[in-house]
Amino acid sequence: MLQYVVKRLLSTIPVLLGISLLLFFMLRMLPGDPAQVMAGQMASPEDIKLIRHQLGLDRPIIVQYGLFLSRLARFDLGRSARTQSPVIREVWARLPNTMLLAVAAITLACLFGIPAGIIAAVRPYTWMDYLFTSMALFGISMPVFWLGLMLVVIFSLVLQWLPAGGTGNWKHIILPSFTLAAFVVAFITRMTRASMIEALSQDYTTTARSKGLKERVVIVKHALKNALIPIITVVGLQFGALLGGAVLTETVFAWPGIGRLIVDSILARDYPVIQGTILIFGLLYILVNLMVDIIYAFIDPRIRYD
Amino acid sequence: MKQESLLSVMNLRTRFHIYEGMVTAVDGINLDVYRGETLGVVGESGCGKSVTALSILRLLASPPAEIQGTILFGGVNLLDLNLDEIRRIRGNAISMIFQEPMTSLNPVLTIGEQISEAIRLHQGVARQEAWSKAVEMLQMVQIPSPEMRVHEYPHQLSGGMRQRAMIAMALSCHPRLLLADEPTTALDVTIQAQIVDLMERLKEEFETSIVLITHNLGLIAEMAKRVLVMYVGKVVEEAPVEDLFQEPLHPYTQGLLESIPWIGKKLKTGRRQLQEIPGMVPSLLEMPEGCRFHPRCSRAMNICSKEEPPLVQKDGRRVLCWLWA
Amino acid sequence: MTETIQPQAWRNQRSADSQFKRNWAKLRRNKAALFGGILILIYLITALLAPVIFPGSPSAPNLSRSLERPSFANPLGTDELGRSILGRVIYGSRVSLLIAIGVVFVGLLVGVPLGLVSGYYGGKVDFGIQRITDTLLAFPGFLLALGLVSVLGVGLKNTIISVGISMVPIYIRLVRGCTLSVREQTYVEAARAVGTRDRTILLRHILPNVMIPITIQTSLGMGMGILSAAALGFLGLGVQPPTPEWGAMLGSGRAYLFHAPHVATFPGIAIFLAVLGFNLAGDGLRDVLDPRFRL
Repeated sequence: MLQYVVKRLLSTIPVLLGISLLLFFMLRMLPGDPAQVMAGQMASPEDIKLIRHQLGLDRPIIVQYGLFLSRLARFDLGRSARTQSPVIREVWARLPNTMLLAVAAITLACLFGIPAGIIAAVRPYTWMDYLFTSMALFGISMPVFWLGLMLVVIFSLVLQWLPAGGTGNWKHIILPSFTLAAFVVAFITRMTRASMIEALSQDYTTTARSKGLKERVVIVKHALKNALIPIITVVGLQFGALLGGAVLTETVFAWPGIGRLIVDSILARDYPVIQGTILIFGLLYILVNLMVDIIYAFIDPRIRYD
Repeated sequence: MKQESLLSVMNLRTRFHIYEGMVTAVDGINLDVYRGETLGVVGESGCGKSVTALSILRLLASPPAEIQGTILFGGVNLLDLNLDEIRRIRGNAISMIFQEPMTSLNPVLTIGEQISEAIRLHQGVARQEAWSKAVEMLQMVQIPSPEMRVHEYPHQLSGGMRQRAMIAMALSCHPRLLLADEPTTALDVTIQAQIVDLMERLKEEFETSIVLITHNLGLIAEMAKRVLVMYVGKVVEEAPVEDLFQEPLHPYTQGLLESIPWIGKKLKTGRRQLQEIPGMVPSLLEMPEGCRFHPRCSRAMNICSKEEPPLVQKDGRRVLCWLWA
Repeated sequence: MTETIQPQAWRNQRSADSQFKRNWAKLRRNKAALFGGILILIYLITALLAPVIFPGSPSAPNLSRSLERPSFANPLGTDELGRSILGRVIYGSRVSLLIAIGVVFVGLLVGVPLGLVSGYYGGKVDFGIQRITDTLLAFPGFLLALGLVSVLGVGLKNTIISVGISMVPIYIRLVRGCTLSVREQTYVEAARAVGTRDRTILLRHILPNVMIPITIQTSLGMGMGILSAAALGFLGLGVQPPTPEWGAMLGSGRAYLFHAPHVATFPGIAIFLAVLGFNLAGDGLRDVLDPRFRL
């Protein structure tokens, strides 16, 4: 088991390196002088010179990359071109908000999606199945930002039950997390249904029934446990989609998270912050996938004992 | 001679609604299983033998499947029971083992769990006790170090051991009847022999009757006392095993026996090629008129293509053929 | 995957024809897929016949009629510059159709050859391509597109390129996986043993079998592409005004949400219906062509 975890950890290294390379070359692909880009439009010539020295632009590219990596290791992502405060601080201030939203959304999505998928699989081709499957299909086809806006119209404008944006009390998190969850719940429902149907058609399900076990036991103890593996994969993947959706949701609901940060910085051409947020997103996603892999090993003994 | 049968299947008809129409997998068969005997059911793939077993335990999903007839067990018609009642019989009075032990065992549960859950359910004992009974069962099927194995998962066992575990699981509640669907087909020949020995021994010890479903005639010769030969949903011949092998009555049975290669056959019979039954098994959607076997039968007569043959009783045997009518 | 697809079927023309007919019949029976097909058809017709359905310029401002509610003259109301929303939605279909096709085109153009090569040749080539794909996949699709836009800039062309590139890793993975399993088939081994050139094997044997998952993914990808592009438009980082793009319309309509919600509502419905159509059709195709190929 430990071996497995270590192997998984090691396999993230090439990806981390890849991301760092991506960011490194992105800066140099932008039009103009990289130092100027990093410094921003309001920088003085001395600032630009300082940054040019930091980036090592007059030295060979390998050295530049080395400098870049060493800065990354120290979490030095530069300073925001807009606010001049360290990028890491900007990101760190907003990260918890996005995480809160993401966790709320994925929890909601699992709470609705997994039972819906199970019901749809156990009673296929009935009205319940069609209802849940259609809802899932609608969820995938709806633009997240549109759904958010429509929910605001209904709940803030017409019904006046919930606030339209910002933070404050628990009421503020409801609409954004539901909006974000809507897209993800669709994938989870579909995956759960497909995975359960597959598990229920396996030989071991027939064996379980042939022992006289109650249907409920067959579904939960025998089928669901096997079905969880692909479901968890999807939940992990969807976390990534959530991060993308967070960008949009945070914009709609004026939620102070890193999603909004990246949009604002792209619009303002605040390159250091763009770089920093992209890095954080990548790291988060890798972390989530790592956790998914570890959870796999807990559920599927074949992975553990191989 | 006329002892009371343990299981009495009368006029069983199992049909499936599929998009192209209605297919009849089992078309009005009768069979009886007596106490302490092994009944062999032999036939090619698709002849309906597995469906028969699944129909007895009502393991077929009932919207596409439709089962008619009478299945008497212990004086009760199993087809009249509701699902809760049938669940009390499954794994308890009647058990089943399947062909592929790798896919038939749940990969994410331990062997011990899979054996003891049936014990806990049907015998109402606590977890600890059920677990030790599971260890006992593993001992009885001759799995070495059962106390360790009981905590292992199916993929950690070899094919032969998995099948033994399945047998342990099925016999854990001392059923009166065991339905064995191709129990040795997925195993190596040497392991097959071991499993056959095991099943014989356990049959004696638990006084369980066995319905042995297989396409392997050799296995039938070894284990069965009486044999049913099935072809496309019908029983075409029924006889005690020695009679069947010495004097097969139905042309299909004859064809099956003749197609078995044995060492020295070429020398003795002068045939250079393997014997086969010409033609192919008909699709369930396009059944021939009259006798189902007649297009492939070397002794077919005119009437065979027009009317279905009657079931003929002859010296304690039965044949579905015009030749003997 | 290949247990259900019979690769040899593609070699035998007669059975390929009847297979096609059977698949078509099966597809017609699937009501959901049919509905999706109808939606796509409506979408296509609207895009192609836009000037006929709505004569006049959709982008010409008419400030005297700014932010009017839906009425007879303007069935979907007007936006902040007085332009008919109906007209903009209709013309917007052209823009998103262009995006949908462009995005999938980029994905296929880059993804399919890379996937084929990666799967067929293996070794260092595969390793290299896979590591790049892994890195690209370390970011959820939309974020990747967003990142690319920050480098390339905004506008229609850059939107298509960015979203298209974010689809490439999906195609690479898909094609590579399929190639790997087809490569192991005995008839490929036989072809190699007879001395067939690699290029011929790739084109004649492997590519036809990869077509099925590609087709399914393309249908779904068009829907995803429209969504991603609309999202970029919404953020102001996609297609720029005055070009009528549904996402951008939503974005600018957002400011008037409380006074004139119709400005943001209708383009969103358009996006929804278009994407729904592609998803339904894609699902239907998948059920017919390869039911094992689930989500």
